[in-house]
Amino acid sequence: MNSSEVIRIAWGALLKNKVRSLLTMLGIIIGVAAVIIMIAISAGTEATISEQITSLGSNLVFVTSNFSRGGMGGGGGQTGGLVYDDAFAIADEIDGVKGVVVEQSSTQTVKAGNVTLDGVSILGSTPDFPSVRDMELEDGRYFNQSEVDRKQKMVVLGHSLAQELFGDSDPIGQQVTVGTTRFVVIGVMAEKGLVGDVDYDARLYMPITVVLQKFTPTQFAKIVGDRVRMIYVEVDDQDNLEDVIFQIEVLLAKRHDVALDEADFTVTTQQDIIGTQEATTAAFRSLLAWVAGVSLIVGGIGIMNIMLVSVTERTREIGIRQSVGATPNDIRWQFLTEALLLSLVGGLIGTFIGVGGSWLFGTVSDMRTVIVPTSVVVAFGSAAIVGAFFGFYPANKAAELDPIEALRHE
Amino acid sequence: MARRTIIETIDLTKIYGMGDARVAALDGVSIHIETGEFVAIMGPSGSGKSTLMNILGCLSRPTGGRYILDGEDVSDLDKVQLAAIRNRKIGYIFQSYNLLPRTTALQNVMLPLQYDRIKERTAEKRVALAAKMLKKVGLAERIQHQPQELSGGQQQRVAIARALINDPVLIMADEPTGNLDSKSGDEIMNLLHELHQQGATIVMVTHDPEIASYTQRTIHLRDGKIEKIVHNGANEHKRAEKRSEK
Repeated sequence: MNSSEVIRIAWGALLKNKVRSLLTMLGIIIGVAAVIIMIAISAGTEATISEQITSLGSNLVFVTSNFSRGGMGGGGGQTGGLVYDDAFAIADEIDGVKGVVVEQSSTQTVKAGNVTLDGVSILGSTPDFPSVRDMELEDGRYFNQSEVDRKQKMVVLGHSLAQELFGDSDPIGQQVTVGTTRFVVIGVMAEKGLVGDVDYDARLYMPITVVLQKFTPTQFAKIVGDRVRMIYVEVDDQDNLEDVIFQIEVLLAKRHDVALDEADFTVTTQQDIIGTQEATTAAFRSLLAWVAGVSLIVGGIGIMNIMLVSVTERTREIGIRQSVGATPNDIRWQFLTEALLLSLVGGLIGTFIGVGGSWLFGTVSDMRTVIVPTSVVVAFGSAAIVGAFFGFYPANKAAELDPIEALRHE
Repeated sequence: MARRTIIETIDLTKIYGMGDARVAALDGVSIHIETGEFVAIMGPSGSGKSTLMNILGCLSRPTGGRYILDGEDVSDLDKVQLAAIRNRKIGYIFQSYNLLPRTTALQNVMLPLQYDRIKERTAEKRVALAAKMLKKVGLAERIQHQPQELSGGQQQRVAIARALINDPVLIMADEPTGNLDSKSGDEIMNLLHELHQQGATIVMVTHDPEIASYTQRTIHLRDGKIEKIVHNGANEHKRAEKRSEK
């Protein structure tokens, strides 16, 4: 008997029990689909995170304070962490720095004319913000350094915020009230959209000095002083990254009077953050893949169960085949092929559902999915291996039946 | 056709169990059957006729003695070799037909060809051969019917067509009319008689003396031994009369 005939006979046997075959395949279908969808979801999450980090701006270096609660409470403004002036020191003294931004945020009520918006996110920053963070102005301008220094009451509106406050009329030169203070609108940002959880278009931008002075709670200001949590540094060229990082470390260590190996700040790059994120999501992804893999094994056990039932039910058929000349190997191959077909067809259906389901998930929910080709190959391949593995025992049992006993079986 | 020996057994024994539980189902059976013979094996239950049938049909092996089938000693062949012998040399007819359910008559008849390992036999040739066999047993109109759509007699005819398809040297029939009414039974016996007249060698197990009378001789077994061998020459007339009555 050649292989195409074996497959044809096995296929025929499966078609004679359509419902049972489908139910048997269900475990494999769910297993394969689960592997593909799980990996697509985690790959989607990973891609989103990477993009978010990249969209913060290119060639960015993040200098973060290593806050220690004891230091903050006891030493007041004197010890530990970054201060506002550190940003200027970095901008002035280090070569290869294109821009430096310090940010401080708050939430306030904003009024313009008869429109009042509660809980608007306020971002205080420095003049380099648009270039460092890859943002563009649609209209007007951003504030400059002297305006920051003089704590000018100026604001730049996010794209959608401008529309909500002023509708179609031109906001430039108009007045808005933030909290209880009046500001003049000098610019409107171009549309940026959502990055992660942050809606950049609904924010209001103003000089950081104003935020520190007006919108930082006083009990907080006493402790925080002119401390900042993070300084963003844009480097002019990717090749200078290492050099700039080293210079920042040396400069800040000197300014803070600490040794390099016990610095009160950390310098990281986008690559570092992406790397950390990738390690986390890779662990997450392999966990999901293992969970889905377990369901594949359960599916395989389902196949073994049904094949064992099938061998018992078809004992007489086996006896008939043996009586007309089927060898143990012929019988073994017949049942092994059935198990393999079950898992391969199940794997195929599972692949379709997995790919389709991943696509559907990505389309209807706000979860992003990326179908990973290797996951499809691995899931389908595992299904085949599972079929062969769990099909072997029932097939062997069938092959070893005694023809006389088998023919006598009712 | 030149006569040659198809079945030659020498002191065939089959022992089941071990130690004190040893039971000799066959205890020194020597028989000799030539081409074209139609032989019945009779005996009460427990006489060893089924055991002898299974050994002669190469479904099991003797514990002792020799069995030479068509000039080949098959006493010590392994499972795979016995399967090949069953495929090429033996055709079976069972009491309960043993057709594959939900499978057409044509597919059932073709079943032995699945295992014949003859590469030259293409799918078309197989179908043609199976159709020819079904025509030979008078079922040309029923080749696409499944067993459940056929009467008992028709099912047994399909089984006979299946037994014939590999052109066996020996046809083993195990109570071929046991599940049939007397009319269908007679039809089947007449079909076997026809095959016999065309030169087929047939060994049939039965407990019915009436059925045994269709054969040339009857081997009576008792307690695993040959009790007597009766020549049924006188009954040839009886059968001929039966045929002419129709």
